Amino acid sequence: MESTKSQKAKIEVRNLDFYYGKYHALRSINLSIPEKMVTAFIGPSGCGKSTLLRTMNCMYSLYPHQRAAGEIVIDGENILDGKRDLNSLRARIGMVFQKPTPFPMSIYDNIAFGVKLHERLNRSDMDDRVEWALKKAALWDEVKDKLKQNGNSLSGGQQQRLCIARGIAVKPEVLLLDEPASALDPISTAKVEELITELKDDYTIVIVTHNMQQAARVSDYTAYLYLGELIEFGETTSIFTTPKQKATEDYITGRFG
Amino acid sequence: MITNSKSESREKYQAFIDAGFKHTTRFFAFAVLALLAGIIAELFIGALPSIKAFGFGFFTSSDWDPVNVQFGSLVSVYGTLATSLIAILIGIPVSFGIALYLTEISPPWLKRPLGVAIELLAGIPSIIYGMWGLFVFAPKLADTLQPWLIDHLGPLPVIGVLFQGAPMGIGMLTAGIILAIMIIPFIASVMRDVFEIVPPTLKESAYAVGCTTWEVVWHVVLPYTRIGVVGGVLLGLGRALGETMAVTFVIGNAQHLSFSLLDPGSSIASTLANEFNEAFGKVYTSALIELGLIMFLITFVVLAFSKLLLYKLSKREGEKS
Repeated sequence: MESTKSQKAKIEVRNLDFYYGKYHALRSINLSIPEKMVTAFIGPSGCGKSTLLRTMNCMYSLYPHQRAAGEIVIDGENILDGKRDLNSLRARIGMVFQKPTPFPMSIYDNIAFGVKLHERLNRSDMDDRVEWALKKAALWDEVKDKLKQNGNSLSGGQQQRLCIARGIAVKPEVLLLDEPASALDPISTAKVEELITELKDDYTIVIVTHNMQQAARVSDYTAYLYLGELIEFGETTSIFTTPKQKATEDYITGRFG
Repeated sequence: MITNSKSESREKYQAFIDAGFKHTTRFFAFAVLALLAGIIAELFIGALPSIKAFGFGFFTSSDWDPVNVQFGSLVSVYGTLATSLIAILIGIPVSFGIALYLTEISPPWLKRPLGVAIELLAGIPSIIYGMWGLFVFAPKLADTLQPWLIDHLGPLPVIGVLFQGAPMGIGMLTAGIILAIMIIPFIASVMRDVFEIVPPTLKESAYAVGCTTWEVVWHVVLPYTRIGVVGGVLLGLGRALGETMAVTFVIGNAQHLSFSLLDPGSSIASTLANEFNEAFGKVYTSALIELGLIMFLITFVVLAFSKLLLYKLSKREGEKS
């Protein structure tokens, strides 16, 4: 395992506070997410881990009552200052949600749709891109003969890999995964986890998960959040073997609450 | 058997209730079918003398001459289709814009008042629209929009024929615009309701690949809700095709064939409303009833067409399994 110091930070979160209306959901979070590594956010329900993830592509800004204060710096740019074009920002930061959300169109178009928004590709380049993304997401062999079928015709696990393929087809730098395997069966979960491990060669991955074993299996760094505060952040091995905080240890060993 | 006689009798009772429920609901469902068949049969029987007298010529003739007992449906059918088409062409984009604003863009405090306003608009009686159309709207159009259309679109080839004549205010264009105003609340509120059932995560996924609000609505929300949207448009179109009072006020009620939208014309509904009371003789009455039958036919064709459209759209999305 590499040490924290040698790692370049892709995303720096500085003094981040987040509010749902009057509810103070995140309290002065400071954390730096290393490039081309998998960082996991763990913690009990309602601790703010998904909220933290959703600030990283400004998804909260769709909702008028949600507000963030502080800085999230990606490659030296503070994305919370309101000066960024959110659409091109989101092209650089892919996101996959808890439940698979294929668009109401064919499997091929599900992938091509996002690409078309940002790039002009001719037909054969687009075909190549779709194939590349589906191969990356380990779905190509299962769907190559039915690319014209509706994305909803796939099984839940396949749909989720389709969504991951859709996310990487745009060639983002960061991939945000919000409990990507929680609605999947064990076999699909294993495939998604395998995929995460393969993808970290090219992408910076941030994953929110309820499942501590999953965090331990797939991540290089882990952040433990509780009641909107970052309790502990460090290398996954040390968080899970020698946590510095009593609260982290209690949660990880199941003595929580 | 462990079951005692008490629970057996209870099972029998439940089976009886179940069967009764099944038959009752089936009766209601079939009653609708019987009613529909009855109306069609009644219209057909009523229209027989006219069908016998004019045959297929009823569809192609623009005569409407009670004195010489010569009738044809062309003027009324053209008026009905033209006014409804104008209404839909104006109504769909405006309603779409309203629904889009209400569901995606509007600040929360504005959603409710705007929504209520639209529902209130749907509740205004059609005669009010008719009076407003005749006394306020038509003179305004005669001064502003109509002269402009005649000057600028009139000389054009092909579509120019739609914009000939004098700016009189009343006419098919005015009726179409009034109809558009009347159906917008229906289409807009149905669209808003179906847009609201789109799962937030589906929209967020689209935003997450970098879509603008427009791209999210156009490529994701609209395909996802297309059945509801087409249903809403049909509801509006149904109202436009059958609307009587408001159209009768402003369409001009002329039984004279002119393709120009600025000329007075008639719709099926306005002809029926104007003439049914005064119809004399078997053939005259029967010709009016045949107009009603044609309206039925138009509605049926529109419905069939919309089903076909939905089928084509869902094919374009890829097979479901």
